[in-house]
Amino acid sequence: MAFGQSRSGGGRGRGGDKKPGDKEKGQRRTLFRRRKVCKFCADKIDDINYKDVKLIGPFVPERGKILPRRISGTCAMHQRKLQTAIKRARQIALIPYVTD
Amino acid sequence: MANRQYELVYILPPDTTEQQVTDLHGQIEGVVSRMNGQIEKTDNWGRKKLAYEIGHHKEGVYVLEVINGTGDLMKELDRRLRVIDQVVRHMIVRVDEEKKVVERTQTKRRTESERRRVKRGLPPQRQPGEGRHATDADETEDDRFDGVEV
Repeated sequence: MAFGQSRSGGGRGRGGDKKPGDKEKGQRRTLFRRRKVCKFCADKIDDINYKDVKLIGPFVPERGKILPRRISGTCAMHQRKLQTAIKRARQIALIPYVTD
Repeated sequence: MANRQYELVYILPPDTTEQQVTDLHGQIEGVVSRMNGQIEKTDNWGRKKLAYEIGHHKEGVYVLEVINGTGDLMKELDRRLRVIDQVVRHMIVRVDEEKKVVERTQTKRRTESERRRVKRGLPPQRQPGEGRHATDADETEDDRFDGVEV
């Protein structure tokens, strides 16, 4: 569906700045698809602890925001637990709130 | 009601001496024992870099205490820690419920795997040297792709 939209936009000759991103996304979807797996389910990690910075770290990118589920592929239950763990770790300055 | 477990983490300035840390620990212990609680574990993480500055401090001494006690005790402890200037930051988290859940899932997983193994005519525990360690990792890696990788 996204593919069709981008094409019609191209036909009318507008939305030029929007098009490359759409195209890239479409291309990627066709060529390289990777099924995302919840890390915590796969590794059978039951306890997501705020003290374990090594475990949480990868889910907090440079900017300091929590990595969304659609990117990390974490399941809903574990994302929820991860969220509380990250928020707790932030309170005691193990993980930054923001970095710029 | 009374069998609750809490974790208390507090951060002290990086220039605190061992003596000051033990003093503060003694102070906390006093409050805990006075209100019929007990300290199960004390863990000094030592000096760590803070992720962000707290009151001009860039580093801090972290101390973790696992305390069994009531909510009132923790309330009192929280109030006291707020008053003590030496404590840069502190946090209290209740852990007993989560711990229980984790234990339950772990035992459930273990019994389930044992049941399946027995059904397959194997001994309930995984034997050393059994299974495919190297190949196992490979397979799960492959399993995550269901498209054509270019």
